[in-house]
Amino acid sequence: MTPIVKIDQVTKTYDGGHQALKGVSLDIVQGEILALLGPNGAGKTTLISIICGIVNASGGRITVGGHDTITDYRGARGMIGLVPQETTLEPFERVMNTVRFSRGLFGCPPDAAHLEKVLRQLSLWDKRDSKIMKLSGGMKRRVLIAKALAHEPRVLFLDEPTAGVDVELRKEMWNTVRDLQADGVTIILTTHYIEEAEAMADRIGVIAKGEILLVEDTAALMDRMGKKEMRIELQAPLAAIPEALGEFALERSEDGAALTYTYDTRGERTGITRLLADLQSEGIALRDVQTKQSSLEEIFVDLVREETQ
Amino acid sequence: MNLHAIAAIYRFEMARFFRTIWQSMVSPVISTSLYFVVFGAAIGSRIQEVEGISYGAFIVPGLIMLSVLTLSLTNASLGIYFPKFIGTIYELLSAPVSFLEISIGYVGAAATKSLIIGLIILATSFLFVPIQILHPFWMLAFLVLTCLTFSLFGFIVGIWAKSFEQLNLVPMLVITPLVFLGGSFYSITMLPPFWQTVTLFNPVVYLISGFRWSFFGQADVSIWVSLLAITGFFALCLAIVAWIFRTGWRIRS
Repeated sequence: MTPIVKIDQVTKTYDGGHQALKGVSLDIVQGEILALLGPNGAGKTTLISIICGIVNASGGRITVGGHDTITDYRGARGMIGLVPQETTLEPFERVMNTVRFSRGLFGCPPDAAHLEKVLRQLSLWDKRDSKIMKLSGGMKRRVLIAKALAHEPRVLFLDEPTAGVDVELRKEMWNTVRDLQADGVTIILTTHYIEEAEAMADRIGVIAKGEILLVEDTAALMDRMGKKEMRIELQAPLAAIPEALGEFALERSEDGAALTYTYDTRGERTGITRLLADLQSEGIALRDVQTKQSSLEEIFVDLVREETQ
Repeated sequence: MNLHAIAAIYRFEMARFFRTIWQSMVSPVISTSLYFVVFGAAIGSRIQEVEGISYGAFIVPGLIMLSVLTLSLTNASLGIYFPKFIGTIYELLSAPVSFLEISIGYVGAAATKSLIIGLIILATSFLFVPIQILHPFWMLAFLVLTCLTFSLFGFIVGIWAKSFEQLNLVPMLVITPLVFLGGSFYSITMLPPFWQTVTLFNPVVYLISGFRWSFFGQADVSIWVSLLAITGFFALCLAIVAWIFRTGWRIRS
């Protein structure tokens, strides 16, 4: 299948010398939801800004629907809608006016029916004559989406759509994105929440320090990321791990007062019950037990290590 | 050419103007009236006719130019600076529009606004002094060309400015002195010879002189020199805008 967005060896070095992107290549398939997952400063926003024409790339080539974003920017940009990270809106404008402006700016003739459809879809129709400054934060975000959809784009970029948004609104946003996908829109969203990528995306691209580390189907990646640690604190320190517990590959802390067990939450058996039973039968008394999901940061470190091996 | 985009920008900017139409109109009308009271009636009554024209009437073209220059500059610079300031410029940059289209939209709207205000001031001045317009076509041509040129100049200032202070710098430090020293309130022939020569380096002199000629048929410098000067400045601004858009200076990182 031909990709709708093709990113080929894109680099970006800012004037200050900061290298934000180090040769990023990525194909985005028509109709998919792709999540770009990465910590702050990974280059997510820079990459999106380059595709959309807000930032000039230092090198490389991008096509959208076959249109080169530099030589045929009109063709490329006409297909793209962008929802920026910050809620940047003119406070004194009214909702309908600003959405109508966006449609015109993208070269489309007026189409009241389409704008009504978009505003209804985003539950903004009742607010169409309200001033933007009077809207709640969640509504403002939806106005940004409405503006991005005003010209019927085929590819939609959502830059951290749920950053600083409450749980309810986040769920609502996810539903909106799924509805858009059902309409045939290809969606690229950036996030630093694993749960969000997991809940939304067909594929996940992990980006860190200006490089794409991997792009994988969500399910496959989640399997790899599903590791969890259990830390067992003991009443009395152990000099060595008893041989009977060898199969659990436990790690003993330096002072011997704690053991760490790593297991896979997606496995059919986590082995926890057996481990605890075996500890008891070895006569080891426990003080406390904690479990911890590997953080995104740790997962990145793991990924980088794997990639470089 | 993305005509829908030009229309969208133009309409959006004009809507902002009409939303605050009374503020937009009242302030120039009041300030012009004050000029007429002070310079026309109070001081002007003690001033002899200038080149056969009553002083009150003589200052009309200069007053209109003073307002039109300043308004064009501030309208256009704020028009493009404001999206930069609040961040909505992302939409302009990501839209399938060329910088030429963006300029036409913003500069066209700013020029329209100051043209409207200029005509309102002209109408106001009829209330205070008897005025004749010998060459109405040239009067309008000079006015439109001035609105366009200084809106274009303001557009450049708006792109250049990194803060509101910088935005105010050019109208305050450059335009106001140039207009005051450009013969708004006097004929440059009234100056000593040395200062007459210095004045010739002030581009606003040519504007006001040409504009005054269209009213009274009298000019400090030849009408063709005036026309050449203003079209030259227009071309210069156009070239700078073209360069800005090619390089993305202060717009695209």
